[in-house]
Amino acid sequence: MDRPLTENIRPGEGPPGIAEYERAGGYRALRKVLGDADPQGLIRTVTDSHLRGRGGAGFPTGRKWSFVPRGEQAAHPVYLIINADEMEPGTFKDRLLLEENPHLLIEGIVIGGYALQADIAYIFLRQEYTLAGERCSRAVAEAYDRGYLGRNILGSGFSLELYLHSSAGRYICGEETALLNALEGRRAIPRAKPPFPPVTGLWGKPTIVNNVETICNVPQIAEHGADRFRALSRSVDGGTKLYGVSGRVKKPGLWELPMGASIREILEEHAGGMRDGFTLRAIIPGGASTEFLPADRLDVKMDFDSVKAAGSRLGTGTMIVLDDRTCPVGMILNLMRFFARESCGWCTPCREGLPWLARTLEAIENGEGRPEDMEILRRHAGLLAPGHTFCALAPGAVEPLQSGLTIFEEDFIRHIREKRCPWRK
Amino acid sequence: MATIYIDGRSYEVKDGQNLLQACLSLGFNLPYFCWHPVLGSVGACRQCAVKYFKNEKDTRGEIVMACMTPADDGVRISIDDPEAVTFRASVIEWLMLNHPHDCPVCDEGGECHLQDMTVMTGHAYRENRFRKRTYPNQDLGPFLNHEMNRCIQCYRCVRYYHDYAGGGDLNVFASRDHVYFGRSREGTLQSGFSGNLVEICPTGVFTDKSLGRHYTRKWDLQTAPSVCVHCGLGCNTIPGSRYGELRRVRNRYNHDVNGYFLCDRGRYGYEFVNSVRRIRAPLARTSNSSRQVFISSEEALAHAAALFSNRRKVIGIGSPRASLESNFALLTLVGPDNFYAGISDKDFEILNLARKVLRSGAARTPSLSQTREADAVFVLGEDVGNTGPVLALNLRQLARRKAAKFMAGVKIPPWNDAPIQRMAEFEKGTLYIAAPCATGLDAAASRSFHADPRDLARLGFAVASLLDPANAPKPADLTEIEHELAGEIAQALSSAARPLIVSGAGCGSPSVIEAAANIAAALKEIGRPAEITLALPEANSLGLAMLGAAGGIETASSLLRSGRADTVVVIENDLFRRCALETAIGFFDAAKYVVVIDHLVNPTTSKADLVLPAASFAESSGSLVNNEGRAQRFFQVLAPEAPVQESWRWIRHIMEAAGCPEAGQWNRLDDLVAALAAAHPVFGALASAAPDADFRPAGGKIPRQPLRYSGRTAIRAQIDVHEQPPPDDPDSPFAFSMEGDPRQPPPALIPRFWAPGWNSVQALNRFQQEIGGGLRGGEVGVRLIDPSPQAKAEYFQDIPARRPSEEGKWSLIALHHLFGSEELSALSPGVAGLCPKPYVALHPEDAAALGVVEGGMAKVAVDGATYSLNVRIVPSLPRGVAGLPVGLPGAPALDLPALGEVSKEGLDE
Repeated sequence: MDRPLTENIRPGEGPPGIAEYERAGGYRALRKVLGDADPQGLIRTVTDSHLRGRGGAGFPTGRKWSFVPRGEQAAHPVYLIINADEMEPGTFKDRLLLEENPHLLIEGIVIGGYALQADIAYIFLRQEYTLAGERCSRAVAEAYDRGYLGRNILGSGFSLELYLHSSAGRYICGEETALLNALEGRRAIPRAKPPFPPVTGLWGKPTIVNNVETICNVPQIAEHGADRFRALSRSVDGGTKLYGVSGRVKKPGLWELPMGASIREILEEHAGGMRDGFTLRAIIPGGASTEFLPADRLDVKMDFDSVKAAGSRLGTGTMIVLDDRTCPVGMILNLMRFFARESCGWCTPCREGLPWLARTLEAIENGEGRPEDMEILRRHAGLLAPGHTFCALAPGAVEPLQSGLTIFEEDFIRHIREKRCPWRK
Repeated sequence: MATIYIDGRSYEVKDGQNLLQACLSLGFNLPYFCWHPVLGSVGACRQCAVKYFKNEKDTRGEIVMACMTPADDGVRISIDDPEAVTFRASVIEWLMLNHPHDCPVCDEGGECHLQDMTVMTGHAYRENRFRKRTYPNQDLGPFLNHEMNRCIQCYRCVRYYHDYAGGGDLNVFASRDHVYFGRSREGTLQSGFSGNLVEICPTGVFTDKSLGRHYTRKWDLQTAPSVCVHCGLGCNTIPGSRYGELRRVRNRYNHDVNGYFLCDRGRYGYEFVNSVRRIRAPLARTSNSSRQVFISSEEALAHAAALFSNRRKVIGIGSPRASLESNFALLTLVGPDNFYAGISDKDFEILNLARKVLRSGAARTPSLSQTREADAVFVLGEDVGNTGPVLALNLRQLARRKAAKFMAGVKIPPWNDAPIQRMAEFEKGTLYIAAPCATGLDAAASRSFHADPRDLARLGFAVASLLDPANAPKPADLTEIEHELAGEIAQALSSAARPLIVSGAGCGSPSVIEAAANIAAALKEIGRPAEITLALPEANSLGLAMLGAAGGIETASSLLRSGRADTVVVIENDLFRRCALETAIGFFDAAKYVVVIDHLVNPTTSKADLVLPAASFAESSGSLVNNEGRAQRFFQVLAPEAPVQESWRWIRHIMEAAGCPEAGQWNRLDDLVAALAAAHPVFGALASAAPDADFRPAGGKIPRQPLRYSGRTAIRAQIDVHEQPPPDDPDSPFAFSMEGDPRQPPPALIPRFWAPGWNSVQALNRFQQEIGGGLRGGEVGVRLIDPSPQAKAEYFQDIPARRPSEEGKWSLIALHHLFGSEELSALSPGVAGLCPKPYVALHPEDAAALGVVEGGMAKVAVDGATYSLNVRIVPSLPRGVAGLPVGLPGAPALDLPALGEVSKEGLDE
């Protein structure tokens, strides 16, 4: 099975240095691109590859790239920003790429940068990813040394500067436009759209923000073409996907599989199924801000459209498994506390609504719930909808709650009726 | 125009608005918090949610924020949609999770936007049972209370203070439901526009501390439209009073003048009206005593009348801080040839020059609000932040306007604030400042230049000569920097669509104003639509110049010394602030008898043989002419206790007692206005500044007290248990009552902004033709001067020589302070606390050469007098130039600029 993203990764041995990466065929795609591809053609190839953004929203990458204004009059500098602020609870896929194969990321950045005719690129790195920071810094220095970055890359006339920027450490920085504000040294609050970043982004200039995993797919598309990339997938979305599993399974971890592998395959074949004595109750398929799928939906294919059709979102593709010995109310409370804490404080529903939900859930979990609390929770699940809030944080935050209120309704009511958490001894 | 559909009905709205603006303009009750007509939309509070339908067939619709959605042609929305109604109530519910239930003891209560919006959305019952969040509060100085627990995180305070007003010391801290608005450290807010936070904040986080010191409930304030008396811009205000005391001043929106904001001098300077230094009864010096003693009004009038029947030769000293009517009354009393301006001869020359430039120069002066529309500005010689603060606030918006223009190119409407503001932070506006030293506005300038006033004037002449090389005079021997800078400024001005030259009386240099006028004239000559704004020092400076006078104080003084006059009547003026100490002393020594009509004890009243207690602006009605030439009427807010009355009424009584025929025709303000218009054609339109005292659109007077007034109370029962009838007011169409015409009065007569359901200042929306536009019913005030459109450029030819480098001579220049340089506001306790101590400012190297350090003492010798002053190091001052503050309490009055000497204060002294 092809694993273009992870085939060079040798866990425990550290990332390949630049020489090793080159020996394994690294930077070949870049040489090819700088040799003959025209930027527009490259964008078409990426569009044809059906590569969709791996950060969670699944926006077609080629289309996003096509929004950057072109031509003599176009504004410069153009910025390419890699969103490496991986802070979604339960998500650890970009970390693997950042720590174990930074040159793949850099190669993707230079090729993407060339397609966009970008001038400056940033890797916006989660603050806590210090090992990734060290390894990326070293790789960036190596790439500059070999002329893969900087002025006149490989004599092609194309120049790109790449900077590694460590986040100040808020979840909201992962939101594309809040990231731009953070990078400009402002408060990390999302921006209203329009204007959209491809036209007016960082410091008012055209800006593309791509996820780490997304951009790591670019070298293979550039080297082998769109058809080959699409063929890697078992769905309409191209390529492979890093799928992760956390929770009470036998082998929690991360695997690169064809896009569209089923939940069952990931959970049972790769994660080894549930640990002994634990029964699967539900999964959150793509990081904390996606809806629960109950245990009877294991045959859902993990691609953007299939998971959506099943009533949730693929998100980051890293699932959290809920077992029968863990309190679902406690789990939702845990998530809600996180989101309430990470609200940027800009818009009212998120800033005030999420803490109210967290306190209400806390009361229920502590045996102080009241029957009318269910109504407060349900009401909020509807009120904190997309478009009602300034950005997607709060709507994402109530996704597990909304589905949890249906799937685990009995558990909520038991908490309130028995005035205690049934899972607590 | 665009057609939009609201709940199934079609409406015509102006293009380019957002839905919130459109709905409010149409009179709908749509609640909001974070949006502000000046600050635009950011979509933070989510309060203005409406249902948006894609087309006629869409029945589900989706919730959108009205403030963030363009009111494009064909847009269909519902305000009454149940989901939208529920959502809006939920937003209030969320805001109320942490908002304390302290309305009954909150200073904002009764005019709180949050209260209004809560009632508007219908949210009433609290479901939250958890504890409320609390914050520590900060001491923000003498103007503002800070009560963060009440904060609803609308972000308007920082967006106003930081983004709009350029203040660096109020910001937003922390995140989530613990966002904090304040300073990084407790301390006085540094911006001179901090008081607007009282009106920007939709609830009681920032409240007026001066009101708090003599608090009364908002609905018990008696109000009338007024005009600020603390600089020459003429911002419109709404002072509020109760029980004979002035309690606060609020902004009165005037689309053509001050818009939404006041400066802190204007908002907090009012407390001089309540000062213990007020003169409440006539005082006279009897011949055998050097002490002034209280006398009755009858005795006082008898004294005064005797002066006119004893064949004395009387001259009048008018005042730039007294109303047109009072100045005119004095002029009539003494005769035009005997009427003097009450400012130094040089200041009078500058005012006359300003009048000439504005009236017959080539360029028109814009209204204050139009200064916001300029796209390239050159400020020559004026520290506008301290001499015309709201003008500086307007000029600060150049960068935002430039950014908005760029954003319009990528289809971002001007109300979408965040992208415009972000861009404005890294793209400066086309603003050039040439001033004696750094001004607060320099940070917003594309380039600034600091030099001696003579060199500033030379730079200005150079710009003019570059614009019109054939005709405008050219200064010789410019330095390379001056030449290059003049070229850059000329280029920027000539390529702008609306270039504006700003100058004024601040430098005390006629040459600077002449240079500014030459630039405006040169721009007109080459076909550019140039405008010129001159900052003038006082509320009626231009009015006094237009009225005309025989001269300034020095001229009057020499007349007295020559014996051709022996008696002086001074109105509302302290001559010791106007000229050098020697001059003032000489003036009073030469006068045999001095009558002063003023409201506060000052060195001039203490020189008087007869003092008559004048009404302050708050206790009288009258007209002032601002620096634009706009005459505006201010109205009596509270009735003064007899015998305090308007200066012109005292004069009228004197005339009556002396048997002058005019007196019988002057029974009320309108009579003086008519007489003034008849005597001086330039004031012909003065009567149209506001409706006259007979104005009764529905038969009744306009109530000064709001509908919600508590009515009469027993608070004065210990004086008299009987209710006194309300005082009479023959001068205006206002009544001292809550009864009267309940409808919206014409704009010049709006005593408060209030509408049903809108108790806060946001009720202003209901008084505007469209949101952010003019008041319904037309302009407020009347412009009295406009140059002829055919006016030809006439260049001033007198270019000053470069500053002489006389050995040991220093160039002493005037420095202005927002707090302290204006006489009356400096008597308000809050402002007084922020007035700097008198000082001499020196360049660091000059200070080092003299051997003085910051805070040390230096001697300044000028005009034969020597002063010991604290040293202040100002790195932006030119070498060889020493800055001396103007008008500070305790500071010597000096005729600046001047040459003088500065030395270290020796130990032997």
